[in-house]
Amino acid sequence: MKHFKLTTDNSRLSSRDIAENFDDLHPALDGAQAIVEAARCIYCYDAPCMNACPTRIDIPKFIHQIRSGNLDGSAQTILSENIMGGACARACPTEVLCEEVCVVHHTEGAPVKIGELQRHAVDHIMMKGGSHPFSRAPLSGCKLAVIGAGPAGLSFAHRAAMLGHDVVVFEAKPEAGGLNEYGLAGYKMANDFAQAEVEFLLAIGGINIEHGKVLDDNLLLDDLRGAYDAVFIGAGLATARGLGVDGENLAGVGDALEFIENIRVAADKSSVQVGDDVVVIGGGNTAIDAAVQAKCLGACNVTLVYRRGPDAMTATQWERDLATANGVVVHYWASPEAFSGGAKVERAVFSAMRIDDGKLTPSGDSFELPADMVLKAIGQTLNSDIFGEMKLDGGKIAVDAQYQTSLPGVYAGGDCVKSGEDLTVQAVEDGKQAAIAADIMLRAKLKGAAE
Amino acid sequence: MSDLGCIIGGVESINPFWLASAPPSDKKYNVERAFKAGWGGAVWKTLGVDPPVVNVTGRYGVHRTQDRRIIGINNIELISDRPLDVNLREMEEMRREWPDRVIIGSIMAPMDEQAWKSLAIKVANSGVQGIELNLGCPHGMCERGMGSAVGQDPEFVEQTTRWVREVVDIPVFTKLTPNVTDIIVPAAAAKAGGAHAVSLINTVNSVIGIDLDTMAPTPTVDGRGTHGGYCGEAVKPIALHMTAEIARQPETQGLEISAIGGITTWRDAAEFIALGAGAVQVCTAAMLYGFRIVEDMNEGLGAFMRDKGFRSIADFKGKAMAQTVDWNELNINHDLKARIDDEACIECGRCFIACEDTAHQAIRIDAKTDGGRKFTVIDDECVGCNLCMHVCPVKGCITMEAVDTDRPYLTWPEHPKNPLRKVAE
Ligand SMILES: Cc1cc2nc3c(=O)[nH]c(=O)nc-3n(C[C@H](O)[C@H](O)[C@H](O)COP(=O)(O)OP(=O)(O)OC[C@H]3O[C@@H](n4cnc5c(N)ncnc54)[C@H](O)[C@@H]3O)c2cc1C
Ligand SMILES: Cc1cc2nc3c(=O)[nH]c(=O)nc-3n(C[C@H](O)[C@H](O)[C@H](O)COP(=O)(O)O)c2cc1C
Ligand code: SF4
Ligand code: SF4
Ligand code: SF4
Repeated sequence: MKHFKLTTDNSRLSSRDIAENFDDLHPALDGAQAIVEAARCIYCYDAPCMNACPTRIDIPKFIHQIRSGNLDGSAQTILSENIMGGACARACPTEVLCEEVCVVHHTEGAPVKIGELQRHAVDHIMMKGGSHPFSRAPLSGCKLAVIGAGPAGLSFAHRAAMLGHDVVVFEAKPEAGGLNEYGLAGYKMANDFAQAEVEFLLAIGGINIEHGKVLDDNLLLDDLRGAYDAVFIGAGLATARGLGVDGENLAGVGDALEFIENIRVAADKSSVQVGDDVVVIGGGNTAIDAAVQAKCLGACNVTLVYRRGPDAMTATQWERDLATANGVVVHYWASPEAFSGGAKVERAVFSAMRIDDGKLTPSGDSFELPADMVLKAIGQTLNSDIFGEMKLDGGKIAVDAQYQTSLPGVYAGGDCVKSGEDLTVQAVEDGKQAAIAADIMLRAKLKGAAE
Repeated sequence: MSDLGCIIGGVESINPFWLASAPPSDKKYNVERAFKAGWGGAVWKTLGVDPPVVNVTGRYGVHRTQDRRIIGINNIELISDRPLDVNLREMEEMRREWPDRVIIGSIMAPMDEQAWKSLAIKVANSGVQGIELNLGCPHGMCERGMGSAVGQDPEFVEQTTRWVREVVDIPVFTKLTPNVTDIIVPAAAAKAGGAHAVSLINTVNSVIGIDLDTMAPTPTVDGRGTHGGYCGEAVKPIALHMTAEIARQPETQGLEISAIGGITTWRDAAEFIALGAGAVQVCTAAMLYGFRIVEDMNEGLGAFMRDKGFRSIADFKGKAMAQTVDWNELNINHDLKARIDDEACIECGRCFIACEDTAHQAIRIDAKTDGGRKFTVIDDECVGCNLCMHVCPVKGCITMEAVDTDRPYLTWPEHPKNPLRKVAE
């Protein structure tokens, strides 16, 4: 596990230390290491790891191909199911996905490092350059619109392009990649990997991204439905939830995602402001990422406060270990009551919590933490206003088994729908499956028109 | 205390581990280091008639497993490329300085009586305890009518052995090539020629690989390659079989065996001794790991013998011979069924796919309530081939259970389905 350069007094980290902190969380395997690691895989039949991968990459096959020296083929095996195999290799919580069920756990105490092997193969093909590994089917003449150039939207676009359709992607932000570009922790996407991957993926051709196009602002769903043969919505989640407590508007109290985005867009990470006493509120991976990255920037004290106990925390054990091993203090059973200070936040007041009759309730005790920076990471919600009369389900866009929304010809996937966990790999799977479904629908239409 | 001492072909040794004639025993410097490490003896790198041979560069190729471990070497080296008198002087010094260790002189000459005899006399005069005839080198030397070109002709084997026996009064070891159809033929010829013991195997003729970029065999010498001699762990099964045959066939029974071929650990050595070898020789394992591997060969073999109550090498020599028989003597009524230990099973599916695709469709997969998979052997389909047991990555998870408890021992010659059945008188 990576140990970052840390400060515990008020001395600041050098910009070099900070740059090192944001370098790769797991250094890449070299060729010899990859072969030794690949040899640990016992080539399971109907492998459990494969069934645990949301995109169902044929893991034993791609690992065997690394072993046999067929790295191009290995990458092809991965990318044919998951075009963002590079980002997923870096960002997937493998400890709760493929690696959790790897049978080598039982024989050797630790799983095959599937993620690191996947990165080895995909990096090989991306670094090698040359022609894109996939070609397009004969053009269908159909034009598809995609909202959002995140993992879901890009995966949809790539698969649709592969199947012979032309795609226009409308993206609000100046860069494509969605949370790969703006949300994942810096040390997971080191060396501008997100942009390299977008470039790689677009090389299939037939995909146009138009930046600065915002749905419900300068772009209307109805117009798109009229102008395109199908629409895919991969807009992710947008609005950060608020706490609704006193002092939430004080300077220094902010949203964890914005903090992370500031880090991600900064060319020189040491230019990002961080407090000395940082309090992060939340229990998911965003909270952990914000806390760890605050440490990486040189915050002395970082406390993560979660209102429930460890069992309810959605951050994986591995992520929690990464945080605590790097000096983040985790405080369970406490909920923010108020923030106070002068021009800027100075203190955070918490009430202790407990479960009463199965309900989370204040226990009556409260305590204070010094805080010159408070980061809220209590989840995001769908900005449902922009989707008009589209049906929702549990606060997200409702889709059927073919990823079609209540509006015919409009598909959706990724964080904005309830398909699985909110993970990059799930968004990629959603995009892929939606494109396959849209293709079937369009082909049937074309056939009907011809007859 | 178990005693690792042994006598082979009349030569006494403090332990059964000798260096085989090869680069590790090429010169005094190496052999001295080997003796310091604990080797009981060394068969000096093969000596020929002056002028010495000239070697090429790019001499070894290797055979690797998927995890890059080397399981075999292939070499295209010739015999000693140093002048004869330098070798003889060093052998003499080694004999003087290490009186409790064995030096055997290995020789090779063209099929000419005078050449063999004068070389044998010179080598014997250096004070070595024995002479080994190299009739095995399968590359280079055979193109000059030596090495395996001699070893593959039983008449030559007998002749060269006899020539050397006639002029020296120390034990003669005839080293055989495995590159023959039936090892009994040259072994019997060596016996007829008067060999005190046979040493085997020399290297197996092989092309170890093709470099797919240059389209040339490896090792590659300036763009071209040739066949060479294969040795190391991978050849052990071939050497074990040949040892067993010589030990148990009537034509060669009683012929002493200095076993060679892939010996890497004490366990390998013990297996050869159990099949009738008197001592062993090692080359590749030393080349890959250095002389220190002999430490555990000595310690491990000693511990094994103590464990089993063997007081000497002679105590367990040939212990596996009675159980090594022809196929016709096996019990056809013996019936095994695979058994899977559910507790140990890690649900990898390897047994299933092996049996399903390539054996007898005798393993079934059922869904477990916890979402896992349960693997069950269908007894009626299982022919007891052992395949699943071997492919299972968990040691001891699949076992083979004997289910033939009340059936008599029945061999093929007695089997009702055998058209040529021998009816008991
Ligand atoms: C801080 C953080 C850390 C995370 N870490 C991990 C991790 O380590 N591993 C992991 O697997 N997952 C992680 N996730 C989850 C993962 O990032 C998401 O599940 C994934 O990015 C979802 O992809 P998406 O395409 O659905 O949405 P997004 O990635 O959010 O992309 C949506 C895109 O749509 C654009 N958009 C939004 N609204 C509009 C509009 N109205 N008009 C036009 N464009 C619009 C956005 O600008 C964005 O580019 C993390 C999430 C967060 C917030
Ligand atoms: C590089 C090399 C050179 C060899 N040279 C000789 C030789 O000169 N004389 C000889 O009798 N055998 C020679 N051999 C064969 C070995 O003595 C030995 O019989 C063979 O390698 C099998 O044993 P191993 O599996 O322990 O290596 C040579 C083997 C190798 C690898
Ligand atoms: S479960 Fe582990 S050992 Fe089995 S195929 Fe997957 S990575 Fe390989
Ligand atoms: S022993 Fe052979 S036939 Fe029986 S289950 Fe195993 S693989 Fe199949
Ligand atoms: S090979 Fe062994 S571990 Fe794998 S499923 Fe079969 S019995 Fe279980």
